[in-house]
Amino acid sequence: MEKWVCEICGYVYDPAEGDPDNGVSSGTKFEDLPDDWVCPVCGADKDNFAKEA
Amino acid sequence: MCRLESWINPESDQMLVEGKITGVDMAIKEIKKDVYWVGAVDWNISNFHGYSLARRGSTYNAFLVLDEKVTLFDLVPEKFKWDLYHQVHKLVAPDKIDYIVVNHVELDHSGALPFMVEKCSPERIFCSPMGEKSLLSHFHKPEWPVQVVKDGESISLGRKDVQFMEARMLHWPDTMFSYIPQDRLLISSDAFGQNIATSRLFDDEHDLNLLLDESRHYYTNIILPFSGFVQKTLARVKESGLEIDMIAPDHGVIWRTHVAEIIGAYQEFSSQKVRAKAVLVYDTMWSSSEKMIKALGDALVEEGIEIRLMSLKRFHHSDVMGEFSDAAALVCASPTHNNGMLPLMADFLTYMKGLKPKGRLGATLGSFGWSGEAPKAMAQVLEEAGFELPLEPLRVKNVPSHEHLAQCREMGRVLAGKIREKLSAQ
Repeated sequence: MEKWVCEICGYVYDPAEGDPDNGVSSGTKFEDLPDDWVCPVCGADKDNFAKEA
Repeated sequence: MCRLESWINPESDQMLVEGKITGVDMAIKEIKKDVYWVGAVDWNISNFHGYSLARRGSTYNAFLVLDEKVTLFDLVPEKFKWDLYHQVHKLVAPDKIDYIVVNHVELDHSGALPFMVEKCSPERIFCSPMGEKSLLSHFHKPEWPVQVVKDGESISLGRKDVQFMEARMLHWPDTMFSYIPQDRLLISSDAFGQNIATSRLFDDEHDLNLLLDESRHYYTNIILPFSGFVQKTLARVKESGLEIDMIAPDHGVIWRTHVAEIIGAYQEFSSQKVRAKAVLVYDTMWSSSEKMIKALGDALVEEGIEIRLMSLKRFHHSDVMGEFSDAAALVCASPTHNNGMLPLMADFLTYMKGLKPKGRLGATLGSFGWSGEAPKAMAQVLEEAGFELPLEPLRVKNVPSHEHLAQCREMGRVLAGKIREKLSAQ
C-alpha cells in the first residue's frame, strides 16, 4: 500500500500504521480515509497530500 | 534606564550585580483593564531566527492578566527571562501566577518557561494538543502540570474568560490563539506580528504604512508557506462572529486602531494577489549577467512594468522576498560557475522555493565561459517551485554583444505581455 506525504509539514501517512489517534485503524488506504480527515500534524486536508515518490 | 527602585526582589539586585541581567527592562503597560504587557524588547537583534532580517529589532510580547487566577500569556526567550521576571514583579509576586498559557512553543516564546515554572510553580500550563507534544520534546518535563485545551474550549479566570482557537501552522503545528471576550482581545501569537523594537506599544503611535510594510516583510518570510491556513483561519474568525477590537501579537506593536487594516492586509497577503511588478535578482562575476538582466529590466520598464533590480551581494534573501511578495514575476540572472549557479543565487532560490509563492512567472539568464549550465539550473528550480516559465533560459558566452542585449530586451517585452495576461486573468 502506498504512503502519502503532506506537502505542508512533511508528515507521512503510512497505511500500515493508520492514524489511531484520530480513529483510523491500521490497514486503511489513503484513498479510503474520510474526506474530512486532516493531517494529524499540521491540519492540512487531503488535497495537500501527494504519493510518496 | 533600569528602574531599580521597582525591583522588589533582592535576588534580582544580586543578579544585576553579577551581570546576569540581559537587557534593560521596559515599563509595563496596561493594554486592557487588568491586562498588562510584560514582555521584552530586543533592541539589538538584527537577524530574526537566523534567516530573516529584522533591521528595526523586535519584541517578545507577553501578557499578564490580574484576575482571580493570575495568568501569564506567552513568554520570552531564555536570554530575557529576568526581564520577564522583573516585569511581572512590578505587578505581583511571580509566585502568585496561577496559570501560564503557551500559545506557541517556539523558543522565542517559551525559552523562559522552565525558569518561570521553577519560580512560579503554576497550577496549570495550558497549551494545544500539538503544544503538549512540543513542550515535552523541547523541555522533557513530563511532571509539569500541562493541561491540553482544544479548539473552541474556554476556561474562566474569574471575571474574565479565555477562549482558545487552534491556529495550526501560524506558525507551527502547535500554534493557538487566546481570545478574552470581556475585553474583545485576541492574543494572536506569531500572526499579525512585525519585527519592530519600540517603547511605543500601540499601532496608532506609528506610521501605518511603515507598520504594514514591516507586516508584509514578516508575513512573506515567516508565514507565506502557510497562506492556505491563514485564509481558513480568517474565515473561521469571521464565521465565529468574534468581536475583536484589539489584536495583540507576540512580536511588535499591538493593533487597536487599525485592526481592520491588518486583517485586510492578511487577506491580501494570503491571497497572493500580484501587481504589474517584477523582481530582478542577480549575482554577477565580471558584470556580464548584470548587463543582461539590466537590459531585460529596461524593456520591462518601457512596457509599463515596475521593476526592482536586486544584487544578492547587496540584498539579503529576506529583503528580496519582501519585495517579491506582490510581484507578478521573478527574473534570475547568474553566470555559470563550476557547472552551476553562483552560491548566493543557490541560497536565494532554496530559500524562495521553501516559502512556496504561488501563481508567479519566471525567467532566467546569464553569461558563461565554457559549460553554461546556470540558466537551465535556475529554471529547473523555478519550475519545481511551480512558476510558469514562458521563455527559454538565455545564455551568452563571456561578454554580451549589442545583439545579445537586444535578445535580453526582447525577453523583457515578452515577459511584460505575459504579466499583463496574468493580471487581466486575476
